[in-house]
Amino acid sequence: MIIRIMGEGQLMLDDSAVDELNKLDSALEQAVEQNDEAAFGPALRALLEKARAVGTALPADAIEPSGLILPREDATIEEVRDLLADGGLIPG
Amino acid sequence: MGVMKRVSTIFRAKANKQLDKLEDPRETLDYSYQTQLELLQKVRRGVADVATSRKRIELQMNQVQQSSDKLDRQARDSLAAGREDLAREALTRKSGVQSQLNDLQTQYASLQGEEEKLTAASQRLQAKVDAFRVRKETIKATYTAAEATTRINEVFTGISEEMSDVGLAVQRAEDKTEQMKARAGAIDELMASGALTDVLGGPPPDDIQAELDRMGSGHSIDAELERMKAELAGGSAPKEITGSSGQADSSVAQPSGTSFQKEQPGSGGA
Repeated sequence: MIIRIMGEGQLMLDDSAVDELNKLDSALEQAVEQNDEAAFGPALRALLEKARAVGTALPADAIEPSGLILPREDATIEEVRDLLADGGLIPG
Repeated sequence: MGVMKRVSTIFRAKANKQLDKLEDPRETLDYSYQTQLELLQKVRRGVADVATSRKRIELQMNQVQQSSDKLDRQARDSLAAGREDLAREALTRKSGVQSQLNDLQTQYASLQGEEEKLTAASQRLQAKVDAFRVRKETIKATYTAAEATTRINEVFTGISEEMSDVGLAVQRAEDKTEQMKARAGAIDELMASGALTDVLGGPPPDDIQAELDRMGSGHSIDAELERMKAELAGGSAPKEITGSSGQADSSVAQPSGTSFQKEQPGSGGA
């Protein structure tokens, strides 16, 4: 599967790694929903670290949509909430 | 559905909405290519803006460092002249200057990181735009409506996602650069007002602010005063003797903080 870490680019990873990412993603989602600043940062970093560890970079000239998109490392809880709200942040 | 999936769904929906607007899929490709070129230019401008902002901060860091060095010298000279009050004032200002310097260093590192990320994003986008141009021509050359739609959707959604990501990164860098400009302007004003510089020649400090500064940094200043006293006492005994009233008075009238060394050639090498 192809995934994107916003601000970093795309990674290719084995489908079997997705379950593990989903677990970490659930923790992130919970932090966002409960507005839990203390849990948010570590949850986001754990998710990104895992993704980087299991993924390999897609060539720069590949043009492929991603199955999953991860927020950028220094994103705030508000930015992630805005991304999820209606994509109002996303230009274009 | 988790965060990752929801975000990718939103990106896709955005791309689909744009696809729906255009009737001939071939038009979509040309239109998209134009917007890609525009975005590339925008990213390059963004990189240049961040670099300019970073250089400005670098310049200010040098100025503020000089200010700090000067205040340190003035504190030493004042102390040597037996003017502990002036030395204290100089160190109080130095402590303010140091916190400005720390702040600037943080901003510098943050801009540097932003510049690196944006440069990498610009290179990735360039590679994708080049690849898109080739694929666009191939698709157009072998165009049959039925299969083209699927292929176009795929490539369009892929490039649109990249553009959204890069677009957000540029916006972010622009916001950051604007914030930095405002802060850099504020520091320029402080420098111009003399508040960060010369304790002997500068304007009198705001009494309340100076008092607040003292309350905040009193301990470290006391410690630094003691350290300087010890250095002066240990390093060059004659300074203690010559730092009496006559010398001190003339020193205050001297705008240059280095005047003491000139008046005491014997202690210069201590």
